[in-house]
Amino acid sequence: MTSTHTPPALDRSDERLRQDDGFGGALRSFWRSVRAGDVGVLPVVVGLLVICTIFQSLNPIFLSSANLVNLTLDSCAVGIISLGIVCVLLVGEIDLSVGSVSGLSGAIVGVLSVRHGWNWMLAVVLACAVALLIGLIYGIALTRFGMPSFVASLSGLLAFLGLQLAILGDQGSVNLPFDSTLVQFAQVAFVPEWLSYLLAALAGVGLFASGYERRQRRKKANLSAQSLNYLVLRSVALVAGLAAFAWYLNQERGVGWMVVLFVGLVLVLNYGFTRTKWGLSLRAVGGNEEATRRSGINVRRIYLTAFAVCSFLACVGGILAAARLASANLSSGTGDVNLNAIAAAVIGGTSLFGGRGSAFSALLGTLVIAAIASGLTLLNLDSSYRFIITGLVLAVAVAIDSVARKSRASHGRA
Amino acid sequence: MTAVASGAAAAPSTTTLLSLRGVNKSFGAVNALTDIELDVSAGEVVALVGDNGAGKSTLVKVLAGVHQPDSGTVTFAGSTVAINDPSAAIQLGIATVFQDLALCENLDVVDNLFLGRELNPWRLDETAMEVQAWKLLQQLSARIPTVRIPVASLSGGQRQTVAIARSLLGEPRVIVLDEPTAALGVAQTAEVLDLIERLKHRGLGVVMVSHNMEDVRAVADRIVVLRLGRNNGEFDARTVSTEQLVAAITGASDNAVTRRRDRAGTEDNDDEAEAP
Repeated sequence: MTSTHTPPALDRSDERLRQDDGFGGALRSFWRSVRAGDVGVLPVVVGLLVICTIFQSLNPIFLSSANLVNLTLDSCAVGIISLGIVCVLLVGEIDLSVGSVSGLSGAIVGVLSVRHGWNWMLAVVLACAVALLIGLIYGIALTRFGMPSFVASLSGLLAFLGLQLAILGDQGSVNLPFDSTLVQFAQVAFVPEWLSYLLAALAGVGLFASGYERRQRRKKANLSAQSLNYLVLRSVALVAGLAAFAWYLNQERGVGWMVVLFVGLVLVLNYGFTRTKWGLSLRAVGGNEEATRRSGINVRRIYLTAFAVCSFLACVGGILAAARLASANLSSGTGDVNLNAIAAAVIGGTSLFGGRGSAFSALLGTLVIAAIASGLTLLNLDSSYRFIITGLVLAVAVAIDSVARKSRASHGRA
Repeated sequence: MTAVASGAAAAPSTTTLLSLRGVNKSFGAVNALTDIELDVSAGEVVALVGDNGAGKSTLVKVLAGVHQPDSGTVTFAGSTVAINDPSAAIQLGIATVFQDLALCENLDVVDNLFLGRELNPWRLDETAMEVQAWKLLQQLSARIPTVRIPVASLSGGQRQTVAIARSLLGEPRVIVLDEPTAALGVAQTAEVLDLIERLKHRGLGVVMVSHNMEDVRAVADRIVVLRLGRNNGEFDARTVSTEQLVAAITGASDNAVTRRRDRAGTEDNDDEAEAP
């Protein structure tokens, strides 16, 4: 043991604590937490690497710039829906109707703006209001009538699909004009090359600034803090990674604005989940609802907001999906949209059992789902294989979640 | 026997924080509490003992604001008060630690301590909360290695400590502990008993519900016995014998406990004379 001249930090003074300093210490403590079942994003990152390796070896187009541009654009709609799913999973509930709500929202925007000549922004606002109302209905069904969200949203799945069909009417589809703002945004709006690198640099600066501010505050309070080297290294790695990715996409069309929107939403929700009382309450309700109630938190309101945010994001995702296809039709939001969104959240590491999860799980999980879909399309395999393989991946993810949960329980990490 | 049945028990001093007079509570046809009297002074540990169904938990819930008494008066710090809901109790300065502790196992110690009263709701002040958590735990001489691990990885005694620490965050003047040692091992029980003594020395009034005579006699100043929803004696913890307590709890000196002891005399290490 090295002799220390300074007194130990307030939170490092207990002799039973392992002193994991420096890079080796960080690695050791990471490995220990993985073995204890605190796997975090490790399985999904490994999974993504495996998937990319397999598809790249089968078809070299898979990792080409052109395909990656499409892949990133295709992930956005489902990814945003999946963000909402993370929200309800955190409180230990589920929303099975996000597909229908997304389809309904696409239909509302399409019909109002094309057939009735509404301003598109007004149509979007109305669709979002309807979605918020739907979320509140689920919340009220759960908190006032004690309807399990599983059942309430299953009835919603059917009911809102019906509403979507009714709104679309006999023709069954609405084509959004190519020059409309929404379609332009989803199909041809790309970040200028210089701006993409600037955004990457800004992300790194932001990460460093927040880490540095946190470090200063903790040092001032005599708490242990991350080393400056680690903070710099982390930010440089992020900038390098993002810039390389942007450069690769810029070889083709580039980084879509829709992708920026998706990542922005991920960051906003990540802040909400980790740094606000609301996010803490979400996790608390998912962990122990009764304890949360007794600590004076309005549990009912937490449920309501979780469902409202979920439906709202489903609506945003649905509108973007319609814009990307330049059409709202009978099949929008049906099929595997629901399951993909839920699978993405779970594959990314959000627990189905409530209380654990992060906004980044939606991002990573969606990339996995989109990579599988894209790879199988390139191999000319039809959707039957896609369903089978996505189903298997979901099963593996749930198994990992369950095993990790048991391991956490036996290692006392719950 | 030192049992005092009248309401003027132990002549409430000027430091009496909380006193209950003639409190009744019934659930349908069942009188759960009848004419209950209870006094708690600052810097005093009052143990509440009684058999199953004696009304201990009901009384705790009345103090916590979970149940409202049908009649009777509750006086807190000299003025008559009504405890209509849990938040009213907390605002008065009566904190309750329930038997199940009510902690979120997936959250870490800091988040549990501050759940419901986070600093800076829209931009959680994690640093200040962590510092305050350490200060609080150090005041209680709690031996918790780190406050950034989920509560699930703490032992039963440590969890009890966290639950008690959380109730102290609101600066209460009376703290009610429901079976604080029920689920704990020997060493952890000792830790919690130490903690109760520290609370007492900080000048808090402590009401402790327990089944365990040893624990009660170890830390309590006064022992209040309930039986079938009524006061059934009040004892000085230093002078009372286990036999007297058992008699008051069960309602007779000839009861299942004494009969069993008489039968199994030799196996008993108690300092009582063995019956042949």
